[in-house]
Amino acid sequence: MKVFCSLWLLLSLVKLSPAPPASQDPPFACRGAGDPAPPQPETPEDMASSGDLEPTHYPARRAATVALHQLNTRHGSPHRLFALQEVHKASAEDVAAGGRKYSLDFSVTDWASGSAGPALRCSAEVMFPGTERSSPDVQLRCEALQQINSTAQDHAFYQKYIAPESAVSAQHIPDSYGNVSEEMQPFWRLARVAASFIMLRESSENTEFNMAQVASVTQQESSEKQLMLEFVVLLHDLPSQEIVQWKLLASWSPDRGVRVLQTEWQPRCPHDTKPPN
Amino acid sequence: MILARKFYSSKMKGLLVLTALFVAVFGKKTFEGDQVLRITAKNEAQIFLLKELSEQEHLGLDFWREPVHESLPVDVYVPFHSLQAVRVFLRYNQIQYNVMIMDVQDLLDDEEREMVKYRTIPRSTDDFVYTAYHDLNSIYSFMDMLVAENSNLVSKIVIGQSYENRPLNVLKFSTGANRPGIWFDTGIHSREWVTQASGIWFAKKIVTDYGRDPVLTDILNNYDIFLEIIANPDGFVYTHSNDRMWRKTRKPNPGSSCVGVDPNRNWEIGFGGPGASSNPCSQTYHGPSVHSEPEVKAIVDFVKSHGKLKAFLSIHSYSQMLLYPYGYTRTSAKDQVELHELARKAVSELQSLHNTAYTYGSVITTIYQADGITVDWTYEQGIKYSYTFELRDTGRYGFLLPADQIIPTAEETWLALMAIMEHTKNNPY
Repeated sequence: MKVFCSLWLLLSLVKLSPAPPASQDPPFACRGAGDPAPPQPETPEDMASSGDLEPTHYPARRAATVALHQLNTRHGSPHRLFALQEVHKASAEDVAAGGRKYSLDFSVTDWASGSAGPALRCSAEVMFPGTERSSPDVQLRCEALQQINSTAQDHAFYQKYIAPESAVSAQHIPDSYGNVSEEMQPFWRLARVAASFIMLRESSENTEFNMAQVASVTQQESSEKQLMLEFVVLLHDLPSQEIVQWKLLASWSPDRGVRVLQTEWQPRCPHDTKPPN
Repeated sequence: MILARKFYSSKMKGLLVLTALFVAVFGKKTFEGDQVLRITAKNEAQIFLLKELSEQEHLGLDFWREPVHESLPVDVYVPFHSLQAVRVFLRYNQIQYNVMIMDVQDLLDDEEREMVKYRTIPRSTDDFVYTAYHDLNSIYSFMDMLVAENSNLVSKIVIGQSYENRPLNVLKFSTGANRPGIWFDTGIHSREWVTQASGIWFAKKIVTDYGRDPVLTDILNNYDIFLEIIANPDGFVYTHSNDRMWRKTRKPNPGSSCVGVDPNRNWEIGFGGPGASSNPCSQTYHGPSVHSEPEVKAIVDFVKSHGKLKAFLSIHSYSQMLLYPYGYTRTSAKDQVELHELARKAVSELQSLHNTAYTYGSVITTIYQADGITVDWTYEQGIKYSYTFELRDTGRYGFLLPADQIIPTAEETWLALMAIMEHTKNNPY
């Protein structure tokens, strides 16, 4: 089994790396006989016809999640990370070329400020194009949100880790028991912001992504005054229940925010994974 | 160099005088009051001084980072009896430092507590650590202890065996014969660790509250409660040994290198529909045929042979939802109105404790289409109050929920379970 899996991994690396799947196919290298089933798109009846959507049901929630990923790519930082609190209103309509546009009114909270943090009200239009492999388009407005308002904590964090001898390296955040050390919290949040670029790009009406765990973080040599971090993240997609692994290289500074420079989807053999710590 | 020597000798004299005042109290195997200091020397002379300090054996210092160069921090473990002397020495020589570890014994105590949590074998269910995640053996031992301590109320039934031949244990809480029953299961998806942990807590809660809480006592005087804490033991062991994210059973699939079937797509209701996968490598693989998984078959057989279950609550995580049938079709369940209202009530009870927000509705509208699921099947068997729970959280930690949330999660969920059980009791059918 292990040999078989290693062989498949090798072959998948040697081949032109497959386009990162916009769907949630099971790991490419772990296909048994027969191809993996395509993701289970909801049947036409599942998608509510144009008009108002129930805010607590999945179509509205998935669209809001996409808007949330966008929000985090733009405004997330080591000490700021947004989470969906509640969808207040939602509607959807069919648009040109088989696309679908959602209009949303929702609230978010900042995880870094704890559960007592104030909720921010946002509105967004999320457009899922008709073609299967295109990313959604998001227009987003949130109240009281400065463009890049980096906090004192962000600056202190930056100063600490931009030092030339800094070489952070860690794994399994959180660990199997949900523990995240104080020191790792900002890296955890940064990973999530960086992962949001991928989650946004890979989202469709049939996905609902979340970051399940940071498998590893390895600090790279700083470049142009940017913190450079290589992450391996595990994403969880709710409808398919798949765990999808991505390796990515991200930069961050208080001025420039998070940028993702490279992403690479990684096959994850179910029977060949490392033991949890 | 000469200047340095002069500097050295006068400073060191001062130190020797001071240390003479503090006689070491050796032989105590405690680390109370001991500290670890991080020293920052600013020049070569200070490094020189620190090197000399390190040679004062009677101080009992332990340099975790030796003085080497002024650009590198010097970490030193200082036993309590030498603290005053060392501090004075550093201040006198204007050597900067800060306290890295305030009290080594405190740190050791914390560590000890953590280790004890995971390694001590509890002697009773009162000893058991509910605030930590446990492995299979510990949980199975817990079950046996609970039965032994409450043999008039609790018994253990083995309803079958997993693929890897582990017993499928169900705790039966009963105060009389031939009663209708209420069923809970936790851990059918093995990575959802807060569910098994909550199941343990529910079991203890039931024995604690029987005879004390009038509502629960009344329920148990009329109904049996069946609780399967680890509905997927093979998967659970695998999450500890190999892959924390494992969801399915561990039965191999012929012709595929991928293992396991989703036990919540394996039921005979809408089996094989689009809300499940036909690919063995998929997390929602429905399996080769209905009830092909022994873990599922065991429950099927139990439900059918019991014949009088009146509520069936299958507990998962995460998403914070309370869901009722159906998952396989948009057609509303016959009892949809009542199920929806009861869900609303249960969620309201849940939220009253820690303000945890839940959404509720049918599976197919609220979370996703899912075919061949447990509660669709149990509902079709005539068990009206069939619900699926998705416990904390909504994605911040997801499956990796910190252990300090186990009890708050279990406590709030219990209020919802009680609401459903009470309604079941008050609305016999």
